[in-house]
Amino acid sequence: MNQVVHNKLKKGMKITLHIWRQKSAKSAGDFEKYIVENVSPDSSFLEMLDQLNEELSESGREPVTFDHDCREGICGSCGMVVNGVPHGPKARTTTCQLHMREYHDGAELWIEPWRATAFPVLKDLLVDRSSFDRIISAGGYVSVNTGSPRDANETPVAKVNADLAFDAATCIGCGACVAACPNASAMLFTSAKVTHLGLLPQGQAERKERALNMVNQMESEGFGGCTNHGECEAACPKGIRLDFIARMNRDFISASIG
Amino acid sequence: MSAQQLSFYQTTLGKKVVMAISGVILIGFVIGHMAGNLQIFLGADKLDAYAEFLHSMPAVLWGARIVLITAVFAHFWSAFSLWKQNKAARPRGYAKQVSRATTYAARTMRWGGVIVLLFIIYHLLHLTVGAPVSGYEIVHGKVFNNVVTGFSNPAIAGFYIIAQVCLGLHLYHGVWSLMQTLGLNHDKYNDTRRKVATSVSLLITVGNISIPVAVLAGLLSNT
Repeated sequence: MNQVVHNKLKKGMKITLHIWRQKSAKSAGDFEKYIVENVSPDSSFLEMLDQLNEELSESGREPVTFDHDCREGICGSCGMVVNGVPHGPKARTTTCQLHMREYHDGAELWIEPWRATAFPVLKDLLVDRSSFDRIISAGGYVSVNTGSPRDANETPVAKVNADLAFDAATCIGCGACVAACPNASAMLFTSAKVTHLGLLPQGQAERKERALNMVNQMESEGFGGCTNHGECEAACPKGIRLDFIARMNRDFISASIG
Repeated sequence: MSAQQLSFYQTTLGKKVVMAISGVILIGFVIGHMAGNLQIFLGADKLDAYAEFLHSMPAVLWGARIVLITAVFAHFWSAFSLWKQNKAARPRGYAKQVSRATTYAARTMRWGGVIVLLFIIYHLLHLTVGAPVSGYEIVHGKVFNNVVTGFSNPAIAGFYIIAQVCLGLHLYHGVWSLMQTLGLNHDKYNDTRRKVATSVSLLITVGNISIPVAVLAGLLSNT
C-alpha cells in the first residue's frame, strides 16, 4: 500500500461536531459539541456518526438519533443540514453517500435537522416527514382496474415524456428541498410527483384532480410558498428541476379555472 | 394534518398568481409611463401637450388609475400575506445558513418592493398631486418645468435614481419569477425567459434614470 495513504488511514481525521440535541418534540433543544478522532476519510458521513454514537454509548451517554435506512442514496430517509447545506456540500449526493474525504482534517461541522413547521423535530436530527406521505395520499397515484396484467408497451409513451417523467420519478422524498428553501416550501417535491404522473398517458384521467388535491394538501400542511430562489434545485440529491414547479403551477391554474 | 378545502386565494400558489397578474399590469404601465416621459427629450411643448392630452380624457385616465391602484393593492396585500405564511413555515432558522442558488435580486424582493412602494407614494405626491413634499412649487400643466426643477436638486434626483435601481432589481427577479408562477415554461424558451427579464429590467431602469441624469448633467434645463 502507498505509504502516504497508509499513514493517513492510520492517523485518521479529527472532526469537531456541533450537533442539535433535542430530547423530544416538546423539549427545547440546543447544540452540543463533540470531538470525534480517528475518522477514516473513506467512511461515510453516517459511519462517522455511528462512530460517535458508539463512543457515546460506551461512555453511558445517549447516542444521537438520526434517520437512515438504505445507505445507498435511494430511500430518502437520511438527511441533515451540515454547515447550512442539506445533505452536505457534495452536489446530487445524500448524506449517506457523502464521505468524510469531502472535509479536511480538523473540520468543524454544524449538524442540524430539517427546519420546517411541517417537519416537526421528533428527536435530535430526526424529523417527522409524514406530511409528505399525506401529500402523496392526496393524489400521488394512478387509479387502475385490477385484473390480469396488461401487455407491456400497450400504451405508447413519447420518448421525451417518458424520460422527463422518469427524471421526476427519481425524487426520493428526502425533504432536502424543504430544508433548503428559505420559505420551507414543498413545491419541488410536490411538483415532481405531479409531473411524474401528469406526463404519462395513464395519469391523464386524474391529472386536474391530482394537481388540485396535492397542492391543497401541501398548503394545509403548513409549508411556505415558492419565491423562485432555486435553493431547492441546488440541494436536491436527485437533480429535480425547477421546471417541474412551473409545470405544476400550469396544471393547478388550469384545474382551478375549470 | 387533515386537509380542509382551501380556496384559490388561500393557497400560496393562488396568491402568487395574483401577484404575477398584478405584476404584469404594473409592468405594462411602467413601460407606457416611461415611453410617455421620454418625450421630455423632445422639448417642453411636446411633454406638456402629452400631459394635456392625457387629461383631456378623464374617463380613460381615472379608469387606468383605478386599475393601477387595485393592482398595487393586490400585489402588496398578497406579498404581505405570503411573507407571513412563509415566516410561519420556518419559525426557527438554521444556525448556519448557506445560499447556493439565489440572487441578490431575489433576496431583496420584499424590502426592494417596500422601497418602490414608498417611492410611488412620494412620486404621486410630488408630481401628480403637487403636494408640498419637494420644497418647491409645482405648477399644474407645466410638466417639463416641474420635472427639471425637481431633478436639479441632487437629493430628489438621487432618490429617483435609487428607486429605479430598486425597481430594476425587483423586475429582474419578478419578470422571470412571474413566468414560472404562471407556468409559462418550455425547454425551447426557458433560456429566453431569463433574457426577457434582464432586458425588461434594464430597459426600464436605464430609460427612467436617463431623465434625472440628463437634468443633473445639464442636458435638460428650464425654458
